[in-house]
Amino acid sequence: MSKATDTQSDTDTSGVIESVSGPVVTARDLDARMNDVVYVGEEGLMGEAIEIEGNITTIQVYEETSGVAPGEPVVNTGEPLSVDLGPGILDAIYDGVQRPLDVLETKMGSPFLDRGVDAPGIDLDTKWEFEPEVSEGDIVEPGDVIGVVEETVTIDHKVMVPPDFEGGEVVSIEAGSFDVTEAVAELDNGEEVTMRQEWPVRKPRPSVEKKTPRTPLISGQRILDGLFPIAKGGTAAIPGPFGSGKTVTQHQLAKYADADIIVYVGCGERGNEMTEVIEDFPELEDPKTGNPLMARTSLIANTSNMPVAARESCIYTGITIAEFYRDMGYDVALMADSTSRWAEAMREISSRLEEMPGEEGYPAYLAARLSQFYERAGYFENINGTEGSVSAIGAVSPPGGDFSEPVTQNTLRIVKTFWALDADLAERRHFPSINWNESYSLYREQLDPWFKENVTDDWDEIRQWAIDILDEETELQEIVQLVGKDALPEDQQLTLEVARYLREGYLQQNAFHPVDTFCPPKKTYLILTATKTFHDEAFDALDAGVPVEEVQSVESVPQINRIGVQEDYEAYVETLKEDITEEIRGLY
Amino acid sequence: MKEYQTITEISGPLVYAEVDEPIGYDEMVEIETPAGETLRGQVLESSDGVVAIQVFEGTSGIDRNASVRFLGETLKLPVTEDLLGRVMDGSGQPIDDGPEIVPDERRDIIGAAINPYSREYPEEFIQTGVSAIDGMNTLVRGQKLPIFSASGLPHNNLALQIARQATVPEDDEEGGSEFAVVFGAMGITQEEANEFMQDFERTGALERSVVFMNLADDPAVERTVTPRLALTTAEYLAFDKDYHVLVILTDMTNYCEALREIGAAREEVPGRRGYPGYMYTDLAQLYERAGRIQGRAGSVTQIPILTMPGDDDTHPIPDLTGYITEGQIYIDRALNSQGIQPPINPLPSLSRLMDDGIGEGLTREDHSDVANQMYAAYAEGENLRDLVNIVGREALSERDNKYLDFADLFEANFIQQGYDTNRSIEETLSIGWELLSTLPKSELNRVDEEFIEKYYVEEDAETAEVTAD
Ligand SMILES: Nc1ncnc2c1ncn2[C@@H]1O[C@H](COP(=O)(O)OP(=O)(O)O)[C@@H](O)[C@H]1O
Ligand SMILES: [Mg+2]
Repeated sequence: MSKATDTQSDTDTSGVIESVSGPVVTARDLDARMNDVVYVGEEGLMGEAIEIEGNITTIQVYEETSGVAPGEPVVNTGEPLSVDLGPGILDAIYDGVQRPLDVLETKMGSPFLDRGVDAPGIDLDTKWEFEPEVSEGDIVEPGDVIGVVEETVTIDHKVMVPPDFEGGEVVSIEAGSFDVTEAVAELDNGEEVTMRQEWPVRKPRPSVEKKTPRTPLISGQRILDGLFPIAKGGTAAIPGPFGSGKTVTQHQLAKYADADIIVYVGCGERGNEMTEVIEDFPELEDPKTGNPLMARTSLIANTSNMPVAARESCIYTGITIAEFYRDMGYDVALMADSTSRWAEAMREISSRLEEMPGEEGYPAYLAARLSQFYERAGYFENINGTEGSVSAIGAVSPPGGDFSEPVTQNTLRIVKTFWALDADLAERRHFPSINWNESYSLYREQLDPWFKENVTDDWDEIRQWAIDILDEETELQEIVQLVGKDALPEDQQLTLEVARYLREGYLQQNAFHPVDTFCPPKKTYLILTATKTFHDEAFDALDAGVPVEEVQSVESVPQINRIGVQEDYEAYVETLKEDITEEIRGLY
Repeated sequence: MKEYQTITEISGPLVYAEVDEPIGYDEMVEIETPAGETLRGQVLESSDGVVAIQVFEGTSGIDRNASVRFLGETLKLPVTEDLLGRVMDGSGQPIDDGPEIVPDERRDIIGAAINPYSREYPEEFIQTGVSAIDGMNTLVRGQKLPIFSASGLPHNNLALQIARQATVPEDDEEGGSEFAVVFGAMGITQEEANEFMQDFERTGALERSVVFMNLADDPAVERTVTPRLALTTAEYLAFDKDYHVLVILTDMTNYCEALREIGAAREEVPGRRGYPGYMYTDLAQLYERAGRIQGRAGSVTQIPILTMPGDDDTHPIPDLTGYITEGQIYIDRALNSQGIQPPINPLPSLSRLMDDGIGEGLTREDHSDVANQMYAAYAEGENLRDLVNIVGREALSERDNKYLDFADLFEANFIQQGYDTNRSIEETLSIGWELLSTLPKSELNRVDEEFIEKYYVEEDAETAEVTAD
């Protein structure tokens, strides 16, 4: 949605500003429907009607309002807040209302964000090479793919009949070079299909049905894939205090998740974190295709210092873009960092509207908004018969790190994967600081068949073995805190030692190490097998009467902690297992 | 310009007045009291016929007969390179008897957000000469790295040490842009202010500094303006005049108290512990004014200082700050009472921009591994201290005892250095290796084997020096 593509601005429907208070403006005599986009004041700042009471319309303004005064005009576009959908979304970086930040920089002629400047979400002049996939005489229905353009080296962009068309017989279609506003096909009822569609962000795009997800979204992060996997089409939350690893985890997913498309929403967080993505992603390789990561990525950056109303809308902009690529049959993963900032934007607007506050000042509709958002994720059968998915992963930033607060609690009621970050682990530089006792994935069992078929038969068995050891460690640690380790029986001391290797060599993973940063499921599995070899051999030795100190000081064992950084890990693990076995057996 | 004598209500720092013309949101206001004093303020809410004004100097002396003038523009600061060397009060008026300031330009103090697309990722190592920072929580140019302190702790000494010692090793060789300090004080005592001013004067830093002082007995509401003046100056010097600017803002806690006071006067629905619900956004609009911009030579690096009420880092002020800034440096009360200078606790401290600013060609190849290993080892030793108190050292394994020793040595040799010692990064890392070498090689699983070969200090050579305890 942008002025650049708008045609109506009827003076009959325009009104006059009555009051201004930060991002909230009221207008008199404005003829608007709820959620219509309006232009506010002499500078035409973009806003949205969010409350209508008698003759007074309340508007949230997506830009700074300093200097705006009562008496200035407000003009209604008559259309709800929408995004421009079409080729050009990938490899782009937007603000919360889909204005391309690179275009804004050029138009404003400054690195600082000015206001009252607008730009369409996708470039209107770029020519794309269109290849038809249907012929004249074919009948097409809403959602059907009629052709493709190569959007990036990685992604073929499917040109679809918009869901709100009637559909009919194709009367003209041909290959060629088109911009996004030119008709690439004409139907017998006069409908013209262009590459560009508009879709109102607050309305989910239609689908046939949601299916049970059965394929994992492989993240290349051991603790996630190994213990708490998320499905393609699944939902996950990462709550944690500041500095515990929410953003690094989200970035790791954006880099290594085996999705076709990544939509990364920086919602009310740091500017430099978005800059990092903009600088790194064009250089980094997509693990799936080897192409630059940016070729599968769309970024939405509404940082903490950018207008709060646009922060409220950035989540919707992101999820609508995700649904659009899902409709093409792609697996899309959306990361939102942080959903708490989104909730706070709702709270800020709500309090300016003087709505009755709910828990901790959040509006009463907080829970509903959160679940509406996560409900837009899923594994879908699309209206064109293809299957596609949207996985949604939200960071949560609880005040004071206290998970009992409303955003965390309401999120946990909805999502099926919970990656609980832990400040204590972060302080010890145990990364990723995901607490293995508190986290869970409700997808674990339904994804096991996939892992057994694609990685190894005993995926679930060895995982259970690791979980049991870690559980036992947690219990033993309580005793150790009272009496010290040396007071424990030898077998329990040994269990603690095995658990330490699980923590250091398996659960920990350094996102900044060139090799360790990405761990394929096979390697995740092999690290466990090496640790289990140590466990089995060590307990045999203990049974044979070897003192625990001797078993613990076997020289090759600490190499378990170095498997993560090995490129040629299969050979390394093979040798390591042999060495461990040989050395321990040599003790008796 | 129209004058109104239409004040209808005075409440805390707020004044409500009736108007018969449209007044812009955030616009500047002057109020003349019957005693002839002129106070300044800003429009907080503007509706047809009535405006709410926040008065910076406080509302005392204002009555219904005071006259109100609307200046037709938002608050602007005259900027010029000549601000260097000058001392202003918390609302930007010179207090140093210097010459009149002839502005180059007048800048809106609210400041526009930097387009994330136009930023350049900060990655130039700043050597502060403080091991706990350089070695473990490296600062880079354009970073915002606050000091989390509490009352009675020596955060000012540390801030001054950083301001004195900070250099960029590369620049020293090549002669890069000039360095400047912008100091914004909010509600600090005269004594603290003197501490800073005397140090600036003693070291000759004042010439390249711009100082904005709002002291404890200055109006509280003015504190909402002071950091914006400081940052507007910093942005001008950095992005128009190519300076590398270090901004020290102290004490952010006083700034937040002022926000709370205004919120309460407006009868807003309060957020956590009475602070406004928009405090995150408000603080972000300050802290995010640090950074680098593509194609501009200068940079704005921020070191805000805050004192945590009740030493509690879950309090909204440190909590929201930590959520916005690129890490934090904790000053620790226990280390301070042990006499460690500077008493930085590295465990909860963090520099989020460290990873890209260090390593081969920037600091040294082994830097990241050394830092990670020292973190893990110190954390392990720290953790065991509680246990030792219960079961005694004898009940611990040999391995555990090594970690306990490590923690002690780490505090005594690495963190402890004094406020006048300036250590190069080489020195910092070599102290690190001496300490790590008290642990067996097999324990150093976060360090690349190649670096262990190269830097590990074999026992016989160093025993005497490092195991003395
Ligand atoms: N997987 C990881 N590997 C290495 N370091 C990590 C990892 N996760 C987090 N960190 C460290 O923790 C810091 C804070 O992480 P970040 O994701 O920014 O925290 P949050 O978003 O929760 O505030 C990072 O700057 C980095 O130093
Ligand atoms: Mg983060």
